Amino acid sequence: MPITVTSRDGVLTIALSGEIDHQVARDMMDAITDAIAERLPARLVLDLSGVTFMDSSGIAVLLRARRQMSHTGGTVTVTAIPAQARRVLDAAGVGRLISFD
Amino acid sequence: MKAIDQVSVTFTSRAANEGFARGVAACFAAQLDPTLDEVADIKTAVSEAVTNAIVHAYPDCLGQISLRLRLLDGGVLEIQVKDTGVGIPDVDRARTPLFTTGGEERSGMGFTIMESFMDGLKVRSTPGKGTAVTMRKRLSPRAGLAK
Repeated sequence: MPITVTSRDGVLTIALSGEIDHQVARDMMDAITDAIAERLPARLVLDLSGVTFMDSSGIAVLLRARRQMSHTGGTVTVTAIPAQARRVLDAAGVGRLISFD
Repeated sequence: MKAIDQVSVTFTSRAANEGFARGVAACFAAQLDPTLDEVADIKTAVSEAVTNAIVHAYPDCLGQISLRLRLLDGGVLEIQVKDTGVGIPDVDRARTPLFTTGGEERSGMGFTIMESFMDGLKVRSTPGKGTAVTMRKRLSPRAGLAK
């Protein structure tokens, strides 16, 4: 599973990498869900710097993480978004739903 | 419109073939010397159309998906993704942003992204017979354009 989890001072950082499409999205969602449930962070940072491709399956991954964090009042920030993923997020208009760095 | 070049591939509706379909489309488009952004747009649109076919056309079984790529006059790339699956009962509704029958795994933004990244999108569907999604994109003229 191409995710790397680091936790520090209540901030959970999950770095996603590789191609995020429907094939990998389910496993990625499950891994993120487990990482959040285990640590219950106040803040989640999703680092997309290693993402080489993302389609709308990636949007579902980000929105599910946001929904899970909202259950405990936590915040989510998406950071280091590559150009292709940025175009997908912009086209989908999810800027209103997710906080980007 | 007459095609200058054409490639067709048929593959099984397995998620592993999403990456394959993206790769085939990007390789075919390479003869038009596309920009990196154009390649990214093509791969994303193909990924959305093929994923729709895998998830929605064949919900409980495997089926065949065909990808046809055509190079048309004026540097226009045409991409058609076709299945013989369950079809879409209401295409207009399916194209509405955020509409999905795929649960929380899907964002409902597939058609919106295809429309945004391509210059034209047509969806033809017959319930019980299948769906054909046809997209066109005019690529920016560059020195290496295929003749």
